[in-house]
Amino acid sequence: MIEIGGFTALYIFMLSAFTGYEVISRVPVILHTPMMSGSNFIHGIVLVGAIVVMGSAETVLEQVIGFIAVALASGNAVGGYVATVRMLDMFTPKENNKGEA
Amino acid sequence: MDIFIQVVYFIAAILFILGLKKMSSPVTATGGIVWAGIGMVAASLVAFFEPGVFDNSTNLVLIIVAIAIGSGIAYATAKRVQMTDMPQMIAIYNGMGGGAAAAIAAVELVKMAGGHHAIGGTAQVLAVLGAFIGAVSFSGSAIAFAKLQGLMNKTIRLPMHMMINLGLFVLTIIAGMIIGFSDSVSIQLVLVFFIMALVFGVLFTTPIGGADMPVVISLFNAFTGLAVAFEGYVLGNAAMIIAGTVVGSAGTLLTQLMAKAMNRPISNILFASFGSDGDAAAEEDIVGSMKEVQGRDAAIMMAYAEKVVIIPGYGMAVAQAQHKVSELTKLLEARGVTVKFAIHPVAGRMPGHMNVLLAEAGIDYDKILDLDEINPEFPTVDVALVIGANDVVNPVARTNPDSPIYGMPILDADKAKNCIVIKRGRGTGFSGVENHLFYADNTSMLYGDAQKAVGELINGIKELQ
Repeated sequence: MIEIGGFTALYIFMLSAFTGYEVISRVPVILHTPMMSGSNFIHGIVLVGAIVVMGSAETVLEQVIGFIAVALASGNAVGGYVATVRMLDMFTPKENNKGEA
Repeated sequence: MDIFIQVVYFIAAILFILGLKKMSSPVTATGGIVWAGIGMVAASLVAFFEPGVFDNSTNLVLIIVAIAIGSGIAYATAKRVQMTDMPQMIAIYNGMGGGAAAAIAAVELVKMAGGHHAIGGTAQVLAVLGAFIGAVSFSGSAIAFAKLQGLMNKTIRLPMHMMINLGLFVLTIIAGMIIGFSDSVSIQLVLVFFIMALVFGVLFTTPIGGADMPVVISLFNAFTGLAVAFEGYVLGNAAMIIAGTVVGSAGTLLTQLMAKAMNRPISNILFASFGSDGDAAAEEDIVGSMKEVQGRDAAIMMAYAEKVVIIPGYGMAVAQAQHKVSELTKLLEARGVTVKFAIHPVAGRMPGHMNVLLAEAGIDYDKILDLDEINPEFPTVDVALVIGANDVVNPVARTNPDSPIYGMPILDADKAKNCIVIKRGRGTGFSGVENHLFYADNTSMLYGDAQKAVGELINGIKELQ
């Protein structure tokens, strides 16, 4: 846990927003769906927050909600990763995926 | 230890951005997701060393069990799902992320209700805002999943749906503001707030038609990113803020690109149904009639052509015909026919959906061209084969200003010398607009399921050999 002051956070928000915009603006149409899936995976970082919050749970209710948070977040991360890899594998050069299909 | 944790988060944030960047080119894309994956694993592992996590062994065990359950189910489903069903799976994984962000906020708010001191200031407001956005993304994505999975075929519209939505939205925001700005909250109010936010997500999504779902999923993807960023601020976690915001802005841009390709403002997709203004539009008189063709005759046309362009659409995805299409392509190429693929930006259920399916079937991506690349070529094309696409080849979009799809960029299949359209029935596309291409003199209709029809073409060509 670090202290992030209001204006520092605002700068982080601003710079990250421009970064996201720039990164995706050069993506060819053929990669839009894998890209959506890939960015879907990246917000799986919510798992970190879920672990931290669950670790600090004190009452049963907090534990139940924290448990749900961790389970959902890990579903987001793992599902997003596997789905993205499966899609992107199809775009790798032929000799790698001849065995499949 | 704290420095170590922060350094790992910092590296993870860099890996996410570099990974996304690498994903923007087909050559480096696979490496990109691996980089992002390494960042994710590293960040999740050091999260265990955050203060407090190791102090309570019950919580620690519960965390591990929850991770095992969540990732086990997600892994099994993501491995097994058919490529054609990928869009709804992205929706459901995205919804899970939104739900997790909302649940994080819920824990913080429950702690406050239980007598802990208030989160305070901006963080408290952002916690509530993130909870609202995350909850809407969660329940909305669940509805999007149900619609694409075919569990919910009708677009449900309550009487005065817009007014109910608006009212619910205002009430949820008021409840959120009370929670966000007060020093102590009641658990009942928090509960009511979450229920209202979840119901709003449902009502927001139900009136939107299945064909518009990609845009909505992309929007919810951006929502979840924002919710994660806001909860990251609450927890003082810069990696969450950066990753969440990057996804939030990237998702917003992607949503805009999709809506633009469909030639519809986002507000139109979210707050109006397509058919309702389409019905009233003046229909131009249709000249000519639909001509049916048999599979064998169509096969002969293609076998003796010099250049064939295949235009796949949603119908190909539904029928899972991509492997048959690939077989057809190989047969034609063996005869010396040049085969290219023309992909409309909104063909299928997501931009790039068709590319993924064709890649799955082993078709090189340099044969796959997008709208701007292929349109100038159509006058030299002998046969344009339309497989289960409709609105994206409707010339009305160029000619009739009264049509609801007027102005939408289309593939100029009507300019090809001959056009064969594979279609299940005589109905209109999702826009409900009659397709003048089907009535053109050089167009022949091959009725049937895409899988079966392409199979007939394959047999027809084989008989010639």
